[in-house]
Amino acid sequence: MTNQSYDAEFGDFFALLKPRVMSLVVFTAAVGLLVAPVSMNPVLAFSAVLFIALGAGASGALNMWWDADIDQIMKRTQGRPIPSGRVTPSNALIMGLWLSVLAVGMLGLTSNWVAAGLLAFTIFFYAVVYSMWLKRSTPQNIVIGGAAGAFPPMVGWAAATGGVSVESVLMFSLIFMWTPPHFWSLALFMNHDYSAAGVPMMTVTHGKPYTRKQILIYTILLAPVTLALAFTSIGGPVYFAAAVILSVGFLRGAWGLFQRSEDVATSDDYRAERGVFKFSLLYLFTLFFALLIEAALRGLNLTWGAWPVWI
Amino acid sequence: MTIRKDHEVHKRRGKTNMTLGIVLGAFVLLVFAITISKMVGEAQRVQSENATTQAE
Repeated sequence: MTNQSYDAEFGDFFALLKPRVMSLVVFTAAVGLLVAPVSMNPVLAFSAVLFIALGAGASGALNMWWDADIDQIMKRTQGRPIPSGRVTPSNALIMGLWLSVLAVGMLGLTSNWVAAGLLAFTIFFYAVVYSMWLKRSTPQNIVIGGAAGAFPPMVGWAAATGGVSVESVLMFSLIFMWTPPHFWSLALFMNHDYSAAGVPMMTVTHGKPYTRKQILIYTILLAPVTLALAFTSIGGPVYFAAAVILSVGFLRGAWGLFQRSEDVATSDDYRAERGVFKFSLLYLFTLFFALLIEAALRGLNLTWGAWPVWI
Repeated sequence: MTIRKDHEVHKRRGKTNMTLGIVLGAFVLLVFAITISKMVGEAQRVQSENATTQAE
């Protein structure tokens, strides 16, 4: 749309913040903040989560500014505000930069500057390291870029406690190890788009059978991280039960994908691949929800004293 | 009686400007709420500190 008379509406700018990604950030950051062993004023807790989400949104706007050229080619992203002509690239850049400054500054003032520093690093990592540098240059883009998505619970934890600990590092590691199998299972059935845009997705550069193997490897590496969290101060039997069941499910799914040939996958329109992708979302959501349940049980003094806290 | 006629741009962007106004207003209220919360928290901290010193 090169319509000169079109005025960007509020909703167009809001779409630049990637609301769907932001909702996941709100959830994981809120869990990171709520499971921390520090009670927080509800207004300050709400504000901290809001500013973390705003920072994530700002990095989304910066990403859309930088990636407008490839977003125009991929069907999935053609409707985004910049490729569709609703928002000018320079407006997106200005908004992304100022919202980053606002989010980091406000988080520092409301919570503390450790959390604000981590948020600033997250924005930098997503906008510069992932979007500008890695996404177009290496098939490892998803692996390293996943770190940006893994930071929010750590920032939430830092907002509450003022620091970093083994619990927050493990929450980070959980999302970090989860991202590659999550995205690669998506890439298995979204391949066309990535190859047309020249994004070196692993499915494009190394082929699908290799990607299936990598999904399995990362799912195996993910399991011990997921289980380790059960034996920290924020874990417990509820989380442990969820971790065992979900790990088995994810491993079975990944093993299934590993054994499938492309002919079989094409013939049933990537049914198993879509299944694993959906399961991976359920996996992450349920585990973080289980951490929240553990925190609620601790709040009600319903803890089991014999539960081993090894880490 | 209308004294001044709205410019066409104001009409066209009316809804966006209104939404932005509400968002900015909400931000001001939030900063106010944060300020009060931090002041209350600080007052409580000082009070409990004083109580500890007196107990000693």
